[in-house]
Amino acid sequence: MADKTLDAKGLNCPLPILKAKKAIGEVPMGGTLEILATDPGSVADFEAFARQTGHTLMESTQDGGVYRFLIQRAA
Amino acid sequence: MDTAGQQKPNAKSMSIIVTKGTLDWAYPPFILATTAAAMDVKVSMFFTFYGLPLLKKKLDLQISPLGKPDMAMPMMGMHMKMPNLVAAIPGVNAAATTMMKNLIKKKGVASIEDLREAAVDSDVEFIACQMTLDLFEFDKKDMIDGIKLGGAATYMERALESDINLFI
Repeated sequence: MADKTLDAKGLNCPLPILKAKKAIGEVPMGGTLEILATDPGSVADFEAFARQTGHTLMESTQDGGVYRFLIQRAA
Repeated sequence: MDTAGQQKPNAKSMSIIVTKGTLDWAYPPFILATTAAAMDVKVSMFFTFYGLPLLKKKLDLQISPLGKPDMAMPMMGMHMKMPNLVAAIPGVNAAATTMMKNLIKKKGVASIEDLREAAVDSDVEFIACQMTLDLFEFDKKDMIDGIKLGGAATYMERALESDINLFI
């Protein structure tokens, strides 16, 4: 169970990333943020976001047009 | 804004010269600035010439299909390109702007107002070109709070210190 869930469904680039940036600051260090999105571009974008910010992209899955990402906040 | 103690592996910086103020061309600089800030990049935006009005408190952005053979708007399952002769008719700009704003809303794309607010919230630096302000007789009072005024040397100092410099 993630510490926080961000529903970014229906939002287009760059909103899922901008909202994730804000939301990750609201989970404890080492805690996890779950993001739900429908933007297909968010798959590559969350990989890049994690690489550049030091947070860890733990899971990236897709289910019926909804992408789910699990990001662990850098300690 | 970053919470104290949050890791910042990305100590890079970017400058963007913003020269265009139409609804379509306002997107690339604000999208890149906000996204870079979200990736811990320090961002400065220098607003000059037709980009300067993007700092006005009240935005009234328009697009024009005139002279834009590359602009293809989706319409009834097709893409519509407008001949210049049609685009020149009064009212076409307003209609195209309305159409674009509807698309933006429908596709979940952020408004320029929202992106600008996100940029302010993430400490993106806004520099207004003093010369443009004088040239086009704009008043700083009509611009949003927190902007700096500066000229080419102010921009150049940012550019010389930045890892990425864009002209849009």
